[in-house]
Amino acid sequence: MTNTAKKSLIDASRLMIEGTVQAGGQVFVGYPITPANLLYSYSSKRFPTVLPAPDEISTLQFMSGFSAAGKFPVTATSFPGLALMIESIGMAFMMELPMVIMLVQRMGPSTGTATCGAQGDIGLIGNINSGGYPIPTFCPSTFEDCYTLSAEAVKTAIELRTPVFVLTSKEMVMTLKSFDLSTLKPIEPVKRTWYSSEEKFVPYKPDANGVPDFLPVGSPDHQVRITASTHDQNAALQHSTKEALANIERLRFKMEHNLSGYSHYDYDKVDNADTLVFSYGISSAAAREAVTNLRKDGKKVSLLVAKTLFPVLPEYLEAARNHKRVVVAEENQRGQYREILFGLNGRDGVSGINCIGRLITPGEIEEEVCK
Amino acid sequence: MSGVYLSTENQPFCKGCGHTLVGRAIEKALGNLDNLDTLDLVVVTDIGCIGIIDKQFKSHTVHGLHGRSVALATGISMGLSDPSKKIIVFIGDGGATIGLHHILEAAHLNINMTVLVHNNMLYGMTGGQPSGLTPQGFKTLTMPDGRMDHGTDLCQLVHSAGAAYARRLYAMGDISETLEEAFKVDGFSLVEAVEFCPSHGIKFNPGKKLHELTDEAGLLPILLENNKPPHISAEKVDGESLFTSVKEIDAEFSHNLDGRISLILAGSAGEGVQSAAELLAIAAMSCGLSVTKKGSYPVTVGVGFSLSELIISTEEIDFTGISRIDAALVTSIDGLKKGLAKIENMTDGTLYLDTSLEAPETAAKVEQKDYRKPMGPRSASLLLAANFVKETGFIPMEAFYKALAASRISKAIPREKLEKALEELN
Repeated sequence: MTNTAKKSLIDASRLMIEGTVQAGGQVFVGYPITPANLLYSYSSKRFPTVLPAPDEISTLQFMSGFSAAGKFPVTATSFPGLALMIESIGMAFMMELPMVIMLVQRMGPSTGTATCGAQGDIGLIGNINSGGYPIPTFCPSTFEDCYTLSAEAVKTAIELRTPVFVLTSKEMVMTLKSFDLSTLKPIEPVKRTWYSSEEKFVPYKPDANGVPDFLPVGSPDHQVRITASTHDQNAALQHSTKEALANIERLRFKMEHNLSGYSHYDYDKVDNADTLVFSYGISSAAAREAVTNLRKDGKKVSLLVAKTLFPVLPEYLEAARNHKRVVVAEENQRGQYREILFGLNGRDGVSGINCIGRLITPGEIEEEVCK
Repeated sequence: MSGVYLSTENQPFCKGCGHTLVGRAIEKALGNLDNLDTLDLVVVTDIGCIGIIDKQFKSHTVHGLHGRSVALATGISMGLSDPSKKIIVFIGDGGATIGLHHILEAAHLNINMTVLVHNNMLYGMTGGQPSGLTPQGFKTLTMPDGRMDHGTDLCQLVHSAGAAYARRLYAMGDISETLEEAFKVDGFSLVEAVEFCPSHGIKFNPGKKLHELTDEAGLLPILLENNKPPHISAEKVDGESLFTSVKEIDAEFSHNLDGRISLILAGSAGEGVQSAAELLAIAAMSCGLSVTKKGSYPVTVGVGFSLSELIISTEEIDFTGISRIDAALVTSIDGLKKGLAKIENMTDGTLYLDTSLEAPETAAKVEQKDYRKPMGPRSASLLLAANFVKETGFIPMEAFYKALAASRISKAIPREKLEKALEELN
């Protein structure tokens, strides 16, 4: 038996960078960190501008500067780098600066094992902002996702004026796989528009969707003010005035109000199924294989693969409500996304398949479903 | 008064603060530049008392984090990449301490910007704690007996880093001419304006005058210059698609595989383990098979083990994990140790092992040959992979030879050499 499709032996880091640049990524600010190094290497060949930053804090600050100047910046890191970036990510979020941060998870705590995959940063990413304001987070579950969701990240960042995470793992971006590149469609670059009215530019005055128009600093037409501190619509520092608090409320509103525009998931629902297998990222392949095997054995099982992790989609909660049992498979110790979905008390019928230091296997999920 | 660039009246600083004086001098200095439009000016402010000066400006303003303003301004300067735009950073000695590395990096790159360091020798907004720039002998809230050691000489540091211009002066009188000089610099300029905080500095150092303090500490006016071109943006034409250079592999051969096989190649770093695994993967793909390949090696990639996991399948492979291997191709003790758990877990299949190694406990059939000898240890994995194809026949040898011919390995090991080594092996 011979398959005649022409395939290539590639890794998904290549797909992520290609998708990002096609969508409009312009500047890659990088520094070496395993297992995100391939993303940096490919970027150096593909991005119009590649800048080696001296450290992780500088990385996010450089990116914020580029973004304020109207360029679209991207970086890739892993937890130790992310830890240093967090203050500056909050700044970029508050300033409402579009950018993409690719986070390749590795096993922690601390520097942990640089070459061992994990899904251990979910809880951190979900609450990375002081105050709990969500940052859109995409999580590719296949090679194709790595290409398309990276592009979606650029689009969402521009449309919502925000940093966006692409959350992946060592196993996804460093594994070589035979892959048919012809299955991928070219991506249209996201068109950016600047504020063009003659009226005074108010940098944090939202449109109906809660997103302010954008204008780069340096504009010859209007004064542009940007700030990370609590501010009114004109970016003037405020303590806790009504307008300033409304501006902060809007930061959540714009993410949730526009959520349907960046809701990505695969929901394979089976009528009258009692059990839902729920997974994301690198663990989703095991979930898919497990569900296929279970169905071959006559089991009625639904499958939900989440691709937009944050904000949490209401569709996930509804799918969970519609099944007596929910098995959540994720490569971390205590079931971080399960806790986000169901709380520490959990819910009757909810269980998790969790491990560290290795991939979850289809067999483990099958066994749990058959209990 | 309301100036062209900033409002110099009602500045939000304590009475007698040097920040107010510097603000006035900036308005004058900017006015002396040739036709600088208000919107050609980008002001980047740090946290601290001086940080709130942004609201006085009619230019573009960006108010960032404590210590990070110079790095933020670096991104803005490179993003705009426009010498007609003037970028000025306002930072205190506290911010300069926190973000010293950012200042040195911008100086090193000679980024187009002027950094105004308002050195009032302490953190003013938080009650008067010492900063890295606090001079020797200066008393602060948490150092009531005065600083014992020397403070950081910021001007010397940025000069060493490569700044085009570094100047320290006292924030007294009209300093606009010096500021104008700094603004005109092509590249990175830094002005350290030494001030005496009227709230905390005087409180902890009663009766002292600015000159007395600075003279005692050796914090004297200075001008240091480097003749260095400014940073130029590294923007280039878009790189070509990352898909262009990817080799497509024709599925031109047939195979005899039924289902899938999972295997490991395990050996030592520098002995071609990963290359051999990739060759095997490409050969399998040229037979229409699906493959996945993972590499595993220590952080220091040049020593110790090197292990590769391969799945080869007649179907698409989604899950890339391997629960149980069907074959282990082991050429060194490093590889044997690393792959031991998987080898011991084998219930059938074959362990292909170099004769120099002692076979571990395993249910797998063990086949030992002298893989390290015919072409040397550095090609042992390649020879074992070739022999694996030859013995199992799951793909034709021609597929393996074609993959070899298309690889860089073929320069050192052409097909004929490999064929001879295979004969020698048997």
